[in-house]
Amino acid sequence: MSQMNMIQAINSAHDIMMEKDPSVVVLGQDVGYFGGVFRCTDGLQEKYGEHRVIDAPIAEGGIIGTAIGMGINGLRPVAEIQFADYIYPGFDQIVSELSRLRYRSGGEFFSPVTIRTPCGGGIRGGQTHSQSPEGIFTHISGIITVMPSNPYDAKGLLISAIESDDPVVFFEPKRIYNGPFDGDPDKPGVSWSSHPMGEVPQDYYKVPLGKAAVVEEGDELTIICYGTIVHVAQAAAKLTGVRAEIIDVRTLFPLDIDTLTKSVEKTGRCLVAHEATRFCGYGAELVATVQQECFWHLEAPIERVTGWDTPYPHAFEWKYFPGQKRLAAGIRKVMEAG
Amino acid sequence: MTQKPYLHIPHPAARPGEAPDFSYLELSDAGAVDRPPSDERARNIEYLAHELVRVLDDEHQATGPWDPSLDKEILLKALRYMVLTRAYDDRMQRVQRQGKISFYMQSLGEEAVSIGQGLALEPGDMLFPSYRNQGLFILRGTELVDLMCQCLSNTGDMCKGRQMPVMYQDPARNIFTLSGNLATQYPQAVGWAMGSAIKGEKHIAVSWVGDGSTAEADFHYALTFAAVYQAPVILNVVNNQWAISTFQGFAGGERRPFAARGLGLGMPGIRVDGNDLLAIYAVTRWATERARNGHGPTLIEHVTYRGGAHSTSDDPVRYRPQDEWAAFPLGDPMDRLLQHLLELGHWSDEKQTALEEETKMVVDDAWKEAISFGTMTEPPFLDAQLMFEDVYKEIPDHLKKQRDEMLKLAGEKS
Ligand SMILES: Cc1ncc(C[n+]2csc(CCOP(=O)(O)OP(=O)(O)O)c2C)c(N)n1
Ligand SMILES: [Mg+2]
Repeated sequence: MSQMNMIQAINSAHDIMMEKDPSVVVLGQDVGYFGGVFRCTDGLQEKYGEHRVIDAPIAEGGIIGTAIGMGINGLRPVAEIQFADYIYPGFDQIVSELSRLRYRSGGEFFSPVTIRTPCGGGIRGGQTHSQSPEGIFTHISGIITVMPSNPYDAKGLLISAIESDDPVVFFEPKRIYNGPFDGDPDKPGVSWSSHPMGEVPQDYYKVPLGKAAVVEEGDELTIICYGTIVHVAQAAAKLTGVRAEIIDVRTLFPLDIDTLTKSVEKTGRCLVAHEATRFCGYGAELVATVQQECFWHLEAPIERVTGWDTPYPHAFEWKYFPGQKRLAAGIRKVMEAG
Repeated sequence: MTQKPYLHIPHPAARPGEAPDFSYLELSDAGAVDRPPSDERARNIEYLAHELVRVLDDEHQATGPWDPSLDKEILLKALRYMVLTRAYDDRMQRVQRQGKISFYMQSLGEEAVSIGQGLALEPGDMLFPSYRNQGLFILRGTELVDLMCQCLSNTGDMCKGRQMPVMYQDPARNIFTLSGNLATQYPQAVGWAMGSAIKGEKHIAVSWVGDGSTAEADFHYALTFAAVYQAPVILNVVNNQWAISTFQGFAGGERRPFAARGLGLGMPGIRVDGNDLLAIYAVTRWATERARNGHGPTLIEHVTYRGGAHSTSDDPVRYRPQDEWAAFPLGDPMDRLLQHLLELGHWSDEKQTALEEETKMVVDDAWKEAISFGTMTEPPFLDAQLMFEDVYKEIPDHLKKQRDEMLKLAGEKS
């Protein structure tokens, strides 16, 4: 075991997979010589060479399109898109091509691409460095969508993603790259070294795709969330004194419905939270699923706490971000209802 | 794998610890490139995309057919605005370091592009800049205070707190709102120009992207539409040799100049010394004439150098030699214009020192005024209700609800 932050854990996943499987290649803007603007691919080019860790032109559609081609030709590409906010020039290649190659070719063609991209707010990035577009991707049939909330999961899930023969879009909440963040920007930052999930094995291991994690057990309320909000939810639950069971979805698709329903059947109350905008957000799918599976166990309407339905503003970052106060209000609302 | 890998990987001439090497840059002598009439057929002037239009020679004299013969007033105006742009950048870079603003991007070393082109355009021409064109705003008269307030996201912010620093706009002066997404403004500029032609107007559109951004599909859409419809537009590529950590070879600059990108579409390209204000002015005038007279678009590549870091978020010593700028064969654009003015006897070292001091004071005063509108940490603060405005023309009901929820929570203790 060793201490790793999320960047080091992601770097280690690459390293292990590149060592283990010569078909794994990495491409993206500034990922090679420089090691990535967030340093997730630091040192990999030096170790595995310029043919396996490839600096790419600034063309997201080109990065994803060529990654698909490499995948069709037997390689296992890991493509970095510098910010999730810049993934859209590659959107057509993801929606119309990557996600449907297997289907349209009757199973003859597929491309095992992993697309990694930093997402989320909290770094004063304004409307073009703060987005959480995961719900756009979970809406596409044929791809797997992942968002880890800590270094241990990030490494294990990324290894699973790279090994997966189905394409994966892997969102990395950049606000928690260096340490967990409980939603209070005025508190001094904490590092992962004081967090149990910052203990990361140096070797190969997998966290399975499609399995949620119960990060906090409780019997009064189920909070379903992922990414940065997992940490905010923990703090908010503490604030309210409610014995909440907190579930980190981890893999958004395929969704681990069993873990959710087991919990809600036990608690009878449910809150869904994410940083992304609300309308048609991923939370809507979670609410619909819980409603359908657990209707007769519910003692109160399911509550949703999300980012507001506006672009992510630069000046009002902490009024936009669904922090502890907003989550606590949501928790109280579910607890007081019914 | 059966053979050794043989993918071509572009390599910059020098990395940290190595001696800077610009032997890859093909240079022409000042005055050496012919100046064709502005309505010449594109196929007859392909040489303009490969040679380098230069006016200022090594003795700081203006020479050759592209010499725009600018009078003293314009030259001095250009110098003043370059000094001002650099002083503004310097101040903003420092206040970012002090934590007063969240982010900043300098145009150090590239000032001649914005100032030279800005001077050659008409006020009615619509500008679609990149984030390194602050000189355009300053030249067109946007108040420094207004630019600073944007960077501060304070109560004077023209974007109402919505955008990161340097994402300015100035609708009154015909400058479009900046986007963080690279190259998106390029096809928009072409569309604006098509609009001008559809309406039968003489205004042209002008846009800028960096060398790295030419890889984006939007760059290629723009060229295609501009060429197909012969739109009255000037498309600029500011080749400052670097795109964050990747050198211009990663955008395809190793084999052919960016100016040649439009040749296949029949669109003329001009490669110009991007640190030579006179040459920039001259080629821009040529392109405006061509566009305004209905002869279509021009692509201009400015060969220059990014003198500073990409932004306040990166440290270039990790990927390029520290002394690379000093070795750049085209020098420093501000210094070259200054030397030209000294050579002509229009200016003196004393006057330059006085100008720089006076400019610093102008910038200082502007900063004092800007922070009176608030900073990220000191009031007055922008009203957070603004967050819900302008998503749509009218605030829809669900956003009114969310706004009320925010206000209610803000009033509560946690
Ligand atoms: C669509 C998109 N992809 C990636 C980025 C991240 N990014 C911002 S600036 C930049 C480099 C641009 O280099 P260049 O076009 O040469 O302009 P310069 O910064 O040198 O002026 C990158 C990759 C972005 N802003 N938008
Ligand atoms: Mg550049």
